[in-house]
Amino acid sequence: MDAEEHKLRLSQDPEWADVTPIPQDDGPNPVVPIDYKPDFIETMGYFRAVYKANEFSPRALQLTHQAILLNPGNYTVWHFRRLILDALGIDLNEELNFMSGISESNPKNYQIWHHRRWIAEKLGTDAASKELEFTRRMLSLDAKNYHAWSHRQWVLQALGGWENELDYCHQLLEKDVFNNSAWNQRYFVVTRSPFLGGLEATRESEVKYTIETILGNPGNESPWRYLRGLYKNDPKSWISDPQVSSVCLKVLSAEANHVFALSTLLDLLSHGFQANQEFRDAVDSLRPSNSDPADSDIAKTICSILRHVDPMRVNYWTWRKSKLPSSVSV
Amino acid sequence: MGELVVDKHVKYILSVEKRKDSFESVVLEHLRMNGAYWGLATLDILGKLDALDSNEVIEWIMKCQHESGGFAGNIGHDPHMLYTLSAVQVLALFDKLNVLDADKVANYISGLQNEDGSFSGDEWGEVDSRFSYLAICCLSILHRLDKINVEKAVNYIASCKNVDGGFGCTPGGESHAGQIFCCLGALAITGSLHHVDKDLLGWWLCERQVKSGGLNGRPEKLPDVCYSWWVLSSLIMIDRVHWINKDKLVKFILNCQDTENGGISDRPEDAVDVYHTYFGVAGLSLLEYPGLKAIDPAHALPVDVVNRIFFQK
Repeated sequence: MDAEEHKLRLSQDPEWADVTPIPQDDGPNPVVPIDYKPDFIETMGYFRAVYKANEFSPRALQLTHQAILLNPGNYTVWHFRRLILDALGIDLNEELNFMSGISESNPKNYQIWHHRRWIAEKLGTDAASKELEFTRRMLSLDAKNYHAWSHRQWVLQALGGWENELDYCHQLLEKDVFNNSAWNQRYFVVTRSPFLGGLEATRESEVKYTIETILGNPGNESPWRYLRGLYKNDPKSWISDPQVSSVCLKVLSAEANHVFALSTLLDLLSHGFQANQEFRDAVDSLRPSNSDPADSDIAKTICSILRHVDPMRVNYWTWRKSKLPSSVSV
Repeated sequence: MGELVVDKHVKYILSVEKRKDSFESVVLEHLRMNGAYWGLATLDILGKLDALDSNEVIEWIMKCQHESGGFAGNIGHDPHMLYTLSAVQVLALFDKLNVLDADKVANYISGLQNEDGSFSGDEWGEVDSRFSYLAICCLSILHRLDKINVEKAVNYIASCKNVDGGFGCTPGGESHAGQIFCCLGALAITGSLHHVDKDLLGWWLCERQVKSGGLNGRPEKLPDVCYSWWVLSSLIMIDRVHWINKDKLVKFILNCQDTENGGISDRPEDAVDVYHTYFGVAGLSLLEYPGLKAIDPAHALPVDVVNRIFFQK
């Protein structure tokens, strides 16, 4: 719908001559129209009229289009539009095109995403690639858009299209390795894709991938959590995988953000990992010179260091220290 | 920075209520019920609820109720779970829950529970763990939790739990502080917090605090005042609020005030709105900022209101 066709005001349009617009009723204190645009009042007035009359016509459909452009958050207009779409049997692929047009300027609008899902559900598996393409486009504008990710996950599970998803996650991580949503999607894929064999089958390659990423940016929270997640219900494998403990050691021995390496090592120790002299030396070298006196318990030393290097969470690290077994395991 | 400019915030909220002619208020008219809750709850926390005529508000609220029992965002709109909870919460603030036919509202909500225990927001079927919270909180206030299948509801919420200890909007959805608040609130109200790994989630939540002292909602995102509520109330519900640096957070919230015109914004120097004003003030209440009413983290209502609901009959 372009500006040309809209020039004729509804109140002057012979097509709408039979309809009396209904003003907004806010209750005891009626709206005093002073500042807002005349087409807004007029369009909404006519909308209320067709809404009340339950008019499911092409002109009503067009009216909802106008109302949506003026205020895409108005969920009642969206509801009514769906009723009309159903009643008139409109081609939903056309509707998807309309949606795509308004999505970019309203990327976090719940109504738009839900309406889109409603359409895609009706179109079925044929819509899969279109929906994946659309969410890819939205994510190129904001790679962490929660609505886009939620829609994409729904598409994969309801309509399919898993084949390239792991690679898509990789592409996003290449652009921004700190994108927690992409890490979450990666986990979603390795745990739920019908083509990859599940978590245990993909664990080895995923561990390699994650460790490489960690070494590139040790202060990145997401891959550390992802790594832990790869061993979800199997802490024994987690503490016995030399790659896990060695990445901690590598980071601790380097000039880097040590916080997550320290906390991961702490978790490993809490699950029974036995630290050798190399680990002890690496941890000891990080003790601030004015810190608490040296502790023969490496876990306690880690907690002391963390209290200094992550002071925002000093209470958390103090609590972690208090939870360590008092008997020292050498 | 300094202190909470209470009077300015009260003035700001009252002006928003009156300014129905502004473009902003017209564009947001469909969610006026939420706005009413944010504004009035803030006034109550600040001890100024009597600044408004409650009868006028209650009359308007009841006009928003549909045959189905659900409430709309404003007159002339369709019902939705979002506005149903806000309506019930506002009535609770005014101690006027008795104007409701509780069974009617409860039927609307229970009708929206799905086979798998999840809840839809309305007849159009959108599912999100947020709606589980809205349903459970609302029914709790109405003493009608028995109208739904609580066990299934809890199991669905538990299925939204992620390996980092957090919760997403649906199973597999990224952990997000807002969704976490909703899931924890629902679990707390139904006595089901044993589903939560409190230590793991507590750590994830306290990691939301960034250098400025503010809180974000997910790793590597910007801080926002609204997370002062979502993250903080979550931490309180699992008894881990001492893991964040409270002083720094208080300073962050106070820095988000418009000390001249009142109101609070998402982060310092941005434009204010009622939503962030509520979350900033509620967050300060949770942080025990002096002079504010205590607020219940699970029901998001002042403690004296919650006590009235549950301990007076």
